[in-house]
Amino acid sequence: MLHLLKNKPLRLAILASLSLGLVACNDDDDPETPVTPAPVDVTYQVTVTNLTNGQPLSPVAVMLHGDDNFWMIGESASVELETMAESGDNSGLLALPTVLASASGDAPIGPGGNETFEVTIEDITDAKLTVATMLVNTNDAFTGLNAWDLSQLAVGDSWKGSMSAYDAGTEGNSEAAGTIPGPADGGVGFEDARDDVDFVAAHPGVVTSSDNLASSVLDSQHKFDNPVVTISVTRVE
Amino acid sequence: MKSSTKILAASLLTVAMQPAWSADLTVEIQNLTQGIYFTPLLVAAHTPDASLFELGETASAEIEAMAEMGSLDGLMTIGTSVNADMVADPAGGLLAPSLSTSTALTTDDSNTVLSITAMILPSNDGFVGLDNWAIPSEAGTYTFYLNAYDAGTEANDELRTSMPVPPPLDPLLGSDGSGVTSEESNATVHIHRGNIGDDQASGGTSDIVNSIHRWLNPVAKVTVTVN
Repeated sequence: MLHLLKNKPLRLAILASLSLGLVACNDDDDPETPVTPAPVDVTYQVTVTNLTNGQPLSPVAVMLHGDDNFWMIGESASVELETMAESGDNSGLLALPTVLASASGDAPIGPGGNETFEVTIEDITDAKLTVATMLVNTNDAFTGLNAWDLSQLAVGDSWKGSMSAYDAGTEGNSEAAGTIPGPADGGVGFEDARDDVDFVAAHPGVVTSSDNLASSVLDSQHKFDNPVVTISVTRVE
Repeated sequence: MKSSTKILAASLLTVAMQPAWSADLTVEIQNLTQGIYFTPLLVAAHTPDASLFELGETASAEIEAMAEMGSLDGLMTIGTSVNADMVADPAGGLLAPSLSTSTALTTDDSNTVLSITAMILPSNDGFVGLDNWAIPSEAGTYTFYLNAYDAGTEANDELRTSMPVPPPLDPLLGSDGSGVTSEESNATVHIHRGNIGDDQASGGTSDIVNSIHRWLNPVAKVTVTVN
């Protein structure tokens, strides 16, 4: 703003008065109590719809956060993302220090189903939004929205997008009995070892026994194509 | 120069402010797949409170008939009852892989959204669809892509006896498959999981050919010109 003031003496005068103001505020003897404005709630509604034929979604994590990415194509998954993508347990993601406010589903969202979450933050209108959930009849497939900039939404504004499936790259896509936590198998979720490429990528899809991967516990019902979810976001206050 | 720009801007503003505006459209649809046919397309402009299908909801009987048999009769009856502006079968039959079809569509004031459907072949109940795309009031060319959906009304057994088999597909499809599945586990409209197919002309599980009749989304490109 100051650069608009072409009159140099005037600009100097304003700068001087600003400095004086700062000094006055720091004066301990100042009798005036500083006025703290009442916090303003900023609330978003986030709806996730499962578009797959046979992939329930693990309880969805909806997180408002600072300038961090939860995943990047080509980069190694965090242990928290690996845990969610292999087992569906989102507690590690929700507990990350960058998370300012969050909501989580209590139960999976079945194929064709949807769930709406509400998450509120005080005074911050430029948080980032991340939504994350596992496709549970897979080794380590997940989907969601990464660090979406909420500053573009004014009160009443909505946005809707269709999301693809990612592969966490932390567990080989063996589709073998005992390795898939979803109802198709009931196997082990998270395992420490990283026996895959160790970077996040677009998911190649599942092969399944119906397509002649004889050792797969999955069948044609579990195949999927993109997009796998729609996510809509509305700022309600 | 300046004043003519101003007048143009003013007239655009008038158009933009008009809440309902009859439009003169050209709609071009291209089949992006390598081996999948589209049955006759329905292109319909209608009011935003109407909808041909919704993801995650049960398909209507009219969508079911379109997705299982390629029939547009039921959808056109609905369209007529809500005063939709419709063009049926702009390609004059099947729209073959990689080909495009184009149609003009003049819309009434209140018909501000565009929907498109056609069955995809070979499939049991697959369709390509556009659901309530808001027609822009500003003249221009708009391009977007469509996905393949599963109507959720028929098990994807992939048998030739369960689907229409028009002449171009007849010599390609196998026969006497045992059926990939007898279960339709998701009875809502959802993203189609794709065909499985097999490589056996006779027998096997599927009558669909695994090296020809698969696809990945998107399956169609739509170019709308608002004149």
